[in-house]
Amino acid sequence: MLHRLLSGDLPRSRVLAVLLILIVAGLFLVPFIFPGAKALDVAAKICIFIVLVASFDLLLGYTGIVSFAHTMFFGIGAYGVAIALTRLGPTWTAVAAGAGLALLVSLALSLVIGLFSLRVKAMFYAMITLAVATAFQTLASQLSDFTGGEDGLSIRVPELLTSAFPEVPRLFLGVALNGKIISYYLLAATTVVLFLVMLRIVNSPFGRVLQAIRENEFRAEALGYKTVIYRTASNVLSALFATLAGVLLALWLHYNGPDTSLSFEIMIDLLLMVVIGGMGTMYGSVVGATIFLLAQNYLQDLMKVASRGLSGVPVLRDLVHPDRWLLWLGVLFILSVYRFPAGIVGKLRMKAVVKP
Amino acid sequence: MNSTATSAPALEAIPKVKLDLLPMLLLPALALLAIPLTGSFSTWVTLTFAGLAMGMIIFIIASGLTLVFGLMDVLNFGHGVFITVGAFLAVTMLGLMPAWTESEHLWRNLAALVPALLVAMVVAGLVGLVFERVIIRPVYGQPLKQILITMGGMIVGEELIKVIWGPQAVPLPLPAAFRGSLLMGDAAVEKYRIIAVVLGLAVFAVLYWVLSRTKIGLLIRAGVHDREMVESLGYRIRRLFVGVFVAGSALAGLGGVMWGLYQQSVTPQIGGQVNVLLFIVIIIGGMGSIGGCFVGALLVGLVANYAGFMAPKVALFSNILLMVLVLLWRPQGLFPVGKR
Repeated sequence: MLHRLLSGDLPRSRVLAVLLILIVAGLFLVPFIFPGAKALDVAAKICIFIVLVASFDLLLGYTGIVSFAHTMFFGIGAYGVAIALTRLGPTWTAVAAGAGLALLVSLALSLVIGLFSLRVKAMFYAMITLAVATAFQTLASQLSDFTGGEDGLSIRVPELLTSAFPEVPRLFLGVALNGKIISYYLLAATTVVLFLVMLRIVNSPFGRVLQAIRENEFRAEALGYKTVIYRTASNVLSALFATLAGVLLALWLHYNGPDTSLSFEIMIDLLLMVVIGGMGTMYGSVVGATIFLLAQNYLQDLMKVASRGLSGVPVLRDLVHPDRWLLWLGVLFILSVYRFPAGIVGKLRMKAVVKP
Repeated sequence: MNSTATSAPALEAIPKVKLDLLPMLLLPALALLAIPLTGSFSTWVTLTFAGLAMGMIIFIIASGLTLVFGLMDVLNFGHGVFITVGAFLAVTMLGLMPAWTESEHLWRNLAALVPALLVAMVVAGLVGLVFERVIIRPVYGQPLKQILITMGGMIVGEELIKVIWGPQAVPLPLPAAFRGSLLMGDAAVEKYRIIAVVLGLAVFAVLYWVLSRTKIGLLIRAGVHDREMVESLGYRIRRLFVGVFVAGSALAGLGGVMWGLYQQSVTPQIGGQVNVLLFIVIIIGGMGSIGGCFVGALLVGLVANYAGFMAPKVALFSNILLMVLVLLWRPQGLFPVGKR
């Protein structure tokens, strides 16, 4: 059963299995063990980014394509739902319409970008997607009648997802089961489903071909696979999953703007999460997203303590300043690319193989 | 790049590469086209100078990037770090000499600016040396890792710059004698833009001279064209590459000072922000071509300024549009290089 659910791609490392169980259990029990809005918010972000990072890994880790336009599709999903809910009112039909339209737009865009530019070298693709993503971000902030410009759109979501629903929430283990909790669990459940679908994809024969292309494109072509088609398909799939992650983001935040879904900072965060977690391993996205978002939200508190402790030492004090948390993750990122390109997950799996 | 003609009769059979004039004609054509569109001649002069100045600065920054790519297929996403380092060094250096930068005498301003430029170049070059050694060397020939690792270098570099100079925007005022504008007829041209144009031309002239008239330049051009052939002739292309990388970083530092003065304020993100612009320029020009980089940078600068005046909304996308148009015409860029 479990074997089928995970598509035969088990963690293959006891430490990793324990880690994953801890993360999943933690995510599902957050409202009960860590009360408070911040913990729930971080947990929801982790869920959304697991989907987003996994979809990026499909492209970067499994197919070996570097794209900087991934947040564009994330943004399309978020804007699709946000715009639909603003125009059509807070109904589920609007959510479906927005998500559907967003998926269509992403499909068309990723197909066009893929067919036009996936024939070229990796570098060109990286540069072209960077340019397209920048243009898209400018476009989104310029069409202010439509997208709310720099301010973004605050949206009203279907009643079931609002914290005012129901008027008198039932208590369960001391936690009020209101719309916020309901939407969190819907989000977590969707994450699990989407993740398992992606795990299925990368472990299918199709996924094997993608990995073959990553390892040696020429040889894959020689074996008779039309690599352009496979690469484009991978591009489209990863764009669609990113769009769905965007839909989840807008529904959770009740808001979308250029900084929350389109900015280049998020693209960099994504890169960090994929690489630190482990490229080419779906579980890496779970580990990477969790570590990164925990660091983003809690490492600063830790560094504040360190910074205060070192307030007498001039340079070191600045290096551990709470705002410099990205510096340390950046260093970790570079070390990951050099020392363990398969990230934390790859490292753990390798250890499990070495001493059985 | 043209091969120099030889007079030896035996070699006369070698066909001489024809000078490709068409892309160069784009610049005057674009400028002429803009005269009726901008309305008045004086506005046109102002805009043209603004565009040329911007283009020259971008060229200074991008020249190293395109050569580095041409030589070793290394695309440095962290090139922006050198720009930022240069710009912040200018802030520090000029901040040390307030009496001279605020003086009305031109020579005193120059005495402050020239050391600032030199220091920025030297330090950016040194940073480039370290960057090459630590970040790029371990991942030669692995494009995917290269993109990731140079991106990582960019992140860490930017954060380290924040550690040294702080995260906030810092004003970088022009030295006193460079402020204001000159009147040419009834067209106002900012003095600093003229300086930028002159400096850009000087850099182009020096680069062109080095590349076309010296042994090193010959090797660089040959390496861009066919690296393996140069290696098999016994030249150590790695060493050449390190030199080009350091020189390119130094030029980016110089360009960073110019860019900072152009914007009159410096933020730690200043380098990352021009990255996209740089990529567009080197793609338009043809990856690895210094002449293409020059024409591409000027095209981008001119189009950005004309479009910014005529249709500000369109201006935000003018670079991308320009790139698409150029690539539709010549998919390899204006001046295709070597086997690429």
